[in-house]
Amino acid sequence: MRFVDEFRDPELVTRTAAEIRRLVDPARHYRFMEVCGGHTHAIYRFGLKDLLPENIELIHGPGCPVCVLPMGRIDDGLSLAQDPNVIFAAFGDMMRVPGRTGSPLEHKARGMDVRIVYSPSDALKLARANPDRHVMFFAIGFETTAPSTALTILRAKKEGIRNFSVFCNHVTIIPAIRAILDSPDMRLDAFIGPGHVSTVIGCRPYEWIVKDEHKPIVVSGFEPLDMLQSVAMLLRQLKNAECKVENQYKRVVPWEGNRAALRKMAEVFQLRPYFEWRGLGFISQSALRIRSEYAEFDAEQRFEVPGVRVTDPKAAQCGEVLKGVLKPHQCKLFGHECTPEHPIGALMVSSEGSCAAYYKYEHPKTAMVNILSQTA
Amino acid sequence: MCLAIPGKIIEISPDNPDSALVDVVSVRRKVDLGLLENDRPQPGDWVLIHVGFAMSKISEEDALDQMQTLRMLGETEAALEEAQGYGLEEQDRTPHPKQ
Repeated sequence: MRFVDEFRDPELVTRTAAEIRRLVDPARHYRFMEVCGGHTHAIYRFGLKDLLPENIELIHGPGCPVCVLPMGRIDDGLSLAQDPNVIFAAFGDMMRVPGRTGSPLEHKARGMDVRIVYSPSDALKLARANPDRHVMFFAIGFETTAPSTALTILRAKKEGIRNFSVFCNHVTIIPAIRAILDSPDMRLDAFIGPGHVSTVIGCRPYEWIVKDEHKPIVVSGFEPLDMLQSVAMLLRQLKNAECKVENQYKRVVPWEGNRAALRKMAEVFQLRPYFEWRGLGFISQSALRIRSEYAEFDAEQRFEVPGVRVTDPKAAQCGEVLKGVLKPHQCKLFGHECTPEHPIGALMVSSEGSCAAYYKYEHPKTAMVNILSQTA
Repeated sequence: MCLAIPGKIIEISPDNPDSALVDVVSVRRKVDLGLLENDRPQPGDWVLIHVGFAMSKISEEDALDQMQTLRMLGETEAALEEAQGYGLEEQDRTPHPKQ
């Protein structure tokens, strides 16, 4: 309970934690998956595990767009930027993610023109400012981010900009949840649903999880109180033998989502027949590609993409961690070969990666316990 | 990049209804309102911003709570960095060496 005093409404936090203890069946082990990497980060940052009974296990899901991208896609994107006329633009999160021939940052050190942008519209701005160069935006993200890329492409078309393209890696959350539920080594009781993805898609797309899979889901905010309330809502459903989609994050997430954003996405993107996810393999209809009407802005339709497939380093267990089968520290490379300074896998780099979160907040505690036990 | 940063609309651009000057963690940046065309925010309204685009309208109370969340998550600095980055201000000040 390290941070409980700085939580919003600490009294309500304490009361919610007490309610959770009342709702829990001590004879049962609960496995709840938080789908979103932002939630994983919050769980470790706030030490939420310390507030929960021991028989509630939080399993980290695949909701970190940087982490789920297979290495081959990074290599493909970087290969297009080998052309000195190309400016490679990407979010800061991508910069240290290792490809087979190094990260974007390492390529920059070797002379590639790599720029950090904080918005897809700034990549378009780069194209306007550099009319004699080609700007390729390496787009990543779930449905939270995809509408912004879509709108940027619509703007580029309207302005008639010719030197801008998007290397599209946008993925969709629902097929990933389905893949996890289909995975034979995964047993889950319920889901903590992603907050910011749901501002766009709303709550309806989760209804199959309760209808077909009979797992409750609560769309949750990111504060400690939000997450504790979501856990309490899930426990209440399980205790009352209910199974429904609930929205704990009503102050931000409308049930119907953001229709304007969904419309822009549908206008510019269509579902790919399949897409490879790190750890989860090929998942059908799980990612977006740019419609042929916007082919001139699609790096994959405009240029020759090698279509690199790279298997992760054999010893790395990123896939198992992404599926929630292993906890970050259970990977053989965690904290030794794979650290934030020398990442082997993307989960150790991204701010939403479970390995990075575990390393930052949990690892120091474990390390200290080990040191104390050795010196005792 | 999954940050959602609260910002207060200062003014809507007179020649572009999709562009607003927004106060984001105490810096003023241009934010795109194109994804809220069904429910356009007005000056004084609060919005949640993701990668330079307003994603949803929120109340002032929820905006302040969200700032507190970012503070608690230790992400105020990242939010400030992101907001300062909108519009490529950093790159504008330190031009990238051409190859």
